[in-house]
Amino acid sequence: MTPDATGMDAVIDAVTAVLLIVGALMSLGAAIGLLRFPDLMSRMHAATKPQVLGLFLVLAAIGLQMRELWVWPVLLVAWIFQLLTVPVSAHMVGRAGYRTKHLHPELLSADELEAVVLRAAGEQASAGEEPAEEKDEEAGKQP
Amino acid sequence: MACNEGSPIVKDLVLIVTAVILSLAAAGAIYRIAVGPSLLDRVLASDVLLAILGAALAIDMAVNRHLNNLVLLVALSLIGFIGSVTVARFVADRRGQVNDS
Repeated sequence: MTPDATGMDAVIDAVTAVLLIVGALMSLGAAIGLLRFPDLMSRMHAATKPQVLGLFLVLAAIGLQMRELWVWPVLLVAWIFQLLTVPVSAHMVGRAGYRTKHLHPELLSADELEAVVLRAAGEQASAGEEPAEEKDEEAGKQP
Repeated sequence: MACNEGSPIVKDLVLIVTAVILSLAAAGAIYRIAVGPSLLDRVLASDVLLAILGAALAIDMAVNRHLNNLVLLVALSLIGFIGSVTVARFVADRRGQVNDS
């Protein structure tokens, strides 16, 4: 917290301002993506921007403003925690979205989950248990 | 606090600009929560809303030079994780019945 007289403080303030505004623009980009993208998968693509890159920029701004070295590991831990939890929840939401057919298949360039889902449905159908009927019913309803 | 004389103007400018940007972003996310066609869209939009709140907390910390909100930031990401994973499991369990609610 002791600014030197060489103008370093102004430079750090300017860099911090840029980092904060770009970090806020990530949130705005995510909101615009949420409003304009057609289906769940592409909205998920937009939604990860403030969660990872936006948080990184803003935490870097905090580290620059605090001007103490011990702050950086704490901020890094906070960011890594976010980095560990976000992909897992996105994975769950994506799988649930795929299973409930919340996607436009014509927008996908590759669908590697389709074979797995079909094979799992086939195994359950060959087992001839109660969940198989539910799956067949769902498959028949889907165009 | 030993600030130079140009700092308060930059501080106010950054605060106003980021407040406007984050307000617009939150409005968009809330609109998606309101009209989102499916439950998963709403979950995703509420995740984005949590990220916007976290960004606001972090901007407050950076501008005012304190670290009081850092624990709150970590707790916020934990809440978002638990919430979206729970709802995703819930949707996956009852698939085929409540697609569009």
